[in-house]
Amino acid sequence: MKGIITNINKAFENRIRLGVMSVLMVNDWVDFSRLKELLEVTDGNLASHISALEKEEYIQVRKAFIGKKPNTSYAISKAGRKAFQEHINALENLIKARKQ
Amino acid sequence: MEEKEHLQQLQEIRSLMERSTKFVSLSGLSGIVAGSIALIGAGIQYQYMEKAGRYATCLKVDREFIIFSAINFLSILILALVSAYYFTQRKAKKNHQSVWDSSSQRLMMNLATPLACGGLFCGVLYIYGVIGLIASCTLIFYGLALVTGSNFTLRDIRYLGFAQIALGFLAAIYIGLGLLFWALGFGVLHIVYGVVMYYKYDRNNG
Repeated sequence: MKGIITNINKAFENRIRLGVMSVLMVNDWVDFSRLKELLEVTDGNLASHISALEKEEYIQVRKAFIGKKPNTSYAISKAGRKAFQEHINALENLIKARKQ
Repeated sequence: MEEKEHLQQLQEIRSLMERSTKFVSLSGLSGIVAGSIALIGAGIQYQYMEKAGRYATCLKVDREFIIFSAINFLSILILALVSAYYFTQRKAKKNHQSVWDSSSQRLMMNLATPLACGGLFCGVLYIYGVIGLIASCTLIFYGLALVTGSNFTLRDIRYLGFAQIALGFLAAIYIGLGLLFWALGFGVLHIVYGVVMYYKYDRNNG
């Protein structure tokens, strides 16, 4: 049962980061305001966690304009999908291991 | 102690995945109102056909009959859509969800394909003069649309879809009774569905 713990990803320990990744797992491109609405967080808070995920290269960023308003959307990257899946598997295994 | 935390994390992941892909603001009230409108429309149609003595031989069709039926059913459709939209946006506002976000767009796209095919196919049936099968055709395609759409909204509309499809096939077998089955499907089933949804989801949220 060793080695399970190591798959628990520190990058996802925060509730908001976990939330961003969950939403991006099942949606193509999601813009900032939609993420904010789903996660019920403030602008600054969300922005800082998003940039942390960006630094890990777990998410992709796309900047565009809708009219004159800038609009930023995010999608999950290949590495992000893999890391998140491993994180979920690790969570599941931990719970299973406890139950035995 | 950590176990609780991990379980909570998994639950949160699941809820966010669902909330971000599913449109959950469909209102039960809209089902009740749309069903009532359909029943009234079917009643009007029945009376018209009774008066013209067409119910027994409903395949005998003339111009006036077509125009009357087309206007009647188009009005039902428009009134039902408007009321569905009204109650849904009201509920969405309460949920702080917008009526036109990616989840509702996805739902509409998935409803639109089977519905458009159904509409076109009914047109083909009309051109060949197979009027008796049109009721059955609307029920079957509407049911298919609901079954497909159920992946993107409240799961429960799947059962409504299966029930509509079953009624559609019954209407095809008992071809003279198309209007009756149509009234059962679009009227009675919508009302039953609306009441169930209302008690299951809406009532507690005020």
